[in-house]
Amino acid sequence: MKPKNLLKILLAFLFVFASSQSFAKTIKWSMQGDSLTLDPHAQNEGPTTQVSRQIYEALVTRGLDMSIGPQLATKWKAVDPNTWYFYLREDVKFSNGQKMTSEDVVFSILRAKQPTSDFKEYISTISGVKAIDDYTVQIKTSKPNPILLNQLSNIFIMSKQWSNENFAVVPQNWDAGQETFSATNAMGTGPFKITLREPNTKTVFKKNGKWWGDVEHNITEIQLLPIKNAATRVAALLSGEIDIVTDAPVQDLARITASAGHKVESTPQMRTIFLGMDQAADKLRSGNTGDNPFKKKEVRQALYQAIDIEAIKKKVMRGLSEPAGIITFPGVTGYTKALDKRLPYDVDAAKKLLADAGYPNGFDVELRCPNDRYVNDEAICTAVVGMLGKIGVNVNLFAQTKSKHFKELKDDQGDFYMLGWGVPTLDSHYVFHYLYESGASWNKVNFSDADVDAAIRVMEGEVDLDKRNAAIAKAWKIVRDNIAYLPLHHQVISWASKTNVNVPIRPNNEPLFRFSSVN
Amino acid sequence: MVMLIVAFVSFSLFNFVGDPINNMVGEETSDEERAELRETLGLMDPIYVQFSRFVVNASKGEFGISYQLRRPVSELITERLPATIELVLISALIALVSGTLLGVYTGINRKGFLSDIILAISLLGVSLPTFVIGILFIYLFAVILGVLPSFGRGEVVDIGFWSTGFLTISGLKAIILPSVTLSLFQMTYIIRLVRAEMMEILQTDYIKFARARGISEKSIHYKHALKNGLIPVITIAGINIGTLIAFSIITETVFQWPGMGFLFIQAVQFVDIPIMSAYLVFIAFVFVMINFIVDILYYFIDPRIRVKAEAVSG
Amino acid sequence: MDSKNLTLFNRIKDSDIYFSFIKSPTAIVSTVILIIIFFCSFFVELVTPYNPFDPSSLSLMDAFTPPSWTEDGLAKFILGTDGQGRDMLATILYGSRISLIVGFSAVIFALVLGVSLGLTAGYFGGKYEMIIMRFTDVQLTVPSILMALLVDGIARGIISRELHDEMAIYVLIFAIGISEWPQFARVSRAATLVEKNKDYVSASTIIGVSNLIIMFKHILPNIMRPVLVIGTIGLALAIIAEATLSFLGVGVPPTTPSLGTLIRLGNDFLFSGEWWITFFPAIFLVILAFSINLLGDWMRDTLNPKLN
Repeated sequence: MKPKNLLKILLAFLFVFASSQSFAKTIKWSMQGDSLTLDPHAQNEGPTTQVSRQIYEALVTRGLDMSIGPQLATKWKAVDPNTWYFYLREDVKFSNGQKMTSEDVVFSILRAKQPTSDFKEYISTISGVKAIDDYTVQIKTSKPNPILLNQLSNIFIMSKQWSNENFAVVPQNWDAGQETFSATNAMGTGPFKITLREPNTKTVFKKNGKWWGDVEHNITEIQLLPIKNAATRVAALLSGEIDIVTDAPVQDLARITASAGHKVESTPQMRTIFLGMDQAADKLRSGNTGDNPFKKKEVRQALYQAIDIEAIKKKVMRGLSEPAGIITFPGVTGYTKALDKRLPYDVDAAKKLLADAGYPNGFDVELRCPNDRYVNDEAICTAVVGMLGKIGVNVNLFAQTKSKHFKELKDDQGDFYMLGWGVPTLDSHYVFHYLYESGASWNKVNFSDADVDAAIRVMEGEVDLDKRNAAIAKAWKIVRDNIAYLPLHHQVISWASKTNVNVPIRPNNEPLFRFSSVN
Repeated sequence: MVMLIVAFVSFSLFNFVGDPINNMVGEETSDEERAELRETLGLMDPIYVQFSRFVVNASKGEFGISYQLRRPVSELITERLPATIELVLISALIALVSGTLLGVYTGINRKGFLSDIILAISLLGVSLPTFVIGILFIYLFAVILGVLPSFGRGEVVDIGFWSTGFLTISGLKAIILPSVTLSLFQMTYIIRLVRAEMMEILQTDYIKFARARGISEKSIHYKHALKNGLIPVITIAGINIGTLIAFSIITETVFQWPGMGFLFIQAVQFVDIPIMSAYLVFIAFVFVMINFIVDILYYFIDPRIRVKAEAVSG
Repeated sequence: MDSKNLTLFNRIKDSDIYFSFIKSPTAIVSTVILIIIFFCSFFVELVTPYNPFDPSSLSLMDAFTPPSWTEDGLAKFILGTDGQGRDMLATILYGSRISLIVGFSAVIFALVLGVSLGLTAGYFGGKYEMIIMRFTDVQLTVPSILMALLVDGIARGIISRELHDEMAIYVLIFAIGISEWPQFARVSRAATLVEKNKDYVSASTIIGVSNLIIMFKHILPNIMRPVLVIGTIGLALAIIAEATLSFLGVGVPPTTPSLGTLIRLGNDFLFSGEWWITFFPAIFLVILAFSINLLGDWMRDTLNPKLN
């Protein structure tokens, strides 16, 4: 070997040791799936938002205690029920050094209303937005909106100039498989910036030195390393290659806790898992009866009562789930314990219902499931297949990765499917608006009820809280009695980490690394 | 020639397996837009024009955009290439060195107790699927003993476009389990091959002569016998590199090694044709190169071929 | 009938193969193991009362029962149950049946294709032979697993998803078979070349026996020994290939799990202490492949020392 080469290698070694010797605090973070896209308006999905939240910020945001507080806006006021003023921080810079002004906020909110945005319905009541001066933004709503702040907490602010320069003026068209600069690059005002993005393999976040906030964390770098296989993920955590797993497999929690140097934290998650059944199609795509049994409420109820949710809780979820009667959870406006009560598990009653509905021998149907989205999603589906088999419903399970699952659901390819719903706004309106309203984007069961639609209008425009709560209660009663969906359970999430890594657990499963520390 | 056939196969993959347009656009795209896209992509041209364009692009390393990851395939491949190459090289080295040593030992000590054990284990090695070995290793070394990492490459250092795991401790530690797992299957083959060669050569006349001349056993075994026995080993080792690359698909899956095999297996599950065809062309290229190198090595190791070649050319 | 059987038995008894068989403890042991495995797999309904594929017979509450000899084990589940409450022993045997069906079918497919091409190539020679042999050369350099993955990948592209689950097993057989045929072609061609020059072939040609009859009636039986050796080893390879593909998630669908699928599913429970869910299918697979390999090794030594 030539001396010159040797020198080079030695230098490389030196460099590596020097850099690893410095006081770099790195958190290696893993979960089963990756963010679907870095474009903050292209996909409204849990892990995608979890990643974006570290880089991008919104006008207002939820803190560790989940209450809404200021972020890019310091204060706000509504001058009339339809006109809001937001006063921005004046010391905010993007990670490339540009100053953030009201231009960027106006641009971002309008961007999130573009047809390719996945947030367009989210903020559908926003009818106008304009800059009053450099640091004041006026937002107009089409009707009084009691949950505007909740909604704005998930609309991330991008740089107008950066978007212009990188052809990212409109959100990436995710459904059409478009590839854009903003899908693989991110530039925000948040406490971290992305320096490397290899989808499904590795994403590196570095501390953003230009961040405006008080630095409460001591982290210089975060690496997101998605590991799909649960066993490998746990092995990586136990062997020390990963510092924190934000979806620790329930079956391994005891083992992780027992390991010295690791800890597990659990909290009820703001997410309900349920099954949807298409009630509008004339004929099931995967059926064998030539009609659509799900049109009959008896059939939906039979399936409901055939599911032994306690067995799923005990065996599949290892006790870490809360059986659900409605698709929302404690803490959300409109939730009550009474509504959350399930119909009893009763196989004989289910069989009778099925026979009464004209399907004494059951029928065939395909159940679509994600296999890398929710806690033990595929295992739950497998269990459901077995339970429905006992009442003669022959279910063929089709489990696939979340991006395909969601896309095909959106393309109306599902007869019977699993979905989970979180409520970032902590208001029942969010659930109705997406899952129950006639023609809503995630209403893939094609449920439609005039009274529910009317109640949703009340939720959107009624500022009298008593009247509004009455409308919510009424809507819940209708959809529950109709068995529009088959609720399964509220998820309990568990984060497992090394004992020296402190990332506060949050019920929406979103880590906030700006409050984290490595000791 | 082989490259052309492979290129044609992967080209057909690209064009006839599923409609590329359907894979690119959403449901709402109108027929006119589809036709327009077809025109701009050159899908209306005659097949031979399309094919030659494919070959030209492929030789430049352009294979289009991955359906699943929505990034250029060439970028993905260059990103993953170093991981696979490093893994395969280390495994080949392990397999070759330990396989030859064990093979020589069992070839010389035909009836020894240790030889029987080595052979029995080598047969077991053939029967143990790679993924089972991988799982066992992870369980033993990563979970129970906790001494070696079970996934990924550890810290990597970028040297130009090449990211290497050889320069960091965690990178070196990370490669141990996957490379040993990957090498075991090949090692058993090499053991058996070397053993058979040694046994055959030790029966030949020139070894008997050497013995008669009183040359030490050691010198006979390693200087005379092994040198001749190495020729088939090199052929096998060459072919093995190709096999190792293929089997790295499994090892990379088990150990979440961010190489091309892992990329390929995800591509198969997603029917991500651009990645599949690029991988195919890459593998074919590797095979052709290996065959070429093996031929050259032959020339240097076996004087008979060299003499023959010189006689022909001279 | 009886006498015919008797003579056949006597012929076997007198043969050198039988002689070396009873002299080889490894061959006997592996054969016995294989017979047990084959019997239990193909007559699994007689061996175990459980049907893991009948959802109405399963109870989720039985899930994760450990093997019967451990503290929490139940006598009715000898090897414990998996995450869905399926009896492990029954699930393994049903899975083994699928593995064996795929393995055998793939080898037979490869054998028929390889031998007919190899035999005709060796017999006719010329350009035809060259083309066939060139094909085997090219394909032999492509590792079998890659070939199988590729076939599977293409099949996924061509066949609609609804059909794919039903077709998966045939695709798998085809994929593994197509990756193994060159071995058969090579061996049978080599053997044919030897046989072709023997007197009985020349004699048949002279008296005007047709090529087809010479090839398949006269030469074929004489080249079957090496082909059977390759077939036995090929069976082990095919079973491992099937398990590997299923483990990678591109093999048989989880609704009809083979051994590889079972190991993949059980892998998730490796760290949580439910080791039996992945351990028993893995051990079973290894015993199966090891026995076949041992038998193949013995056959190679006995039937065709040259192949060693």
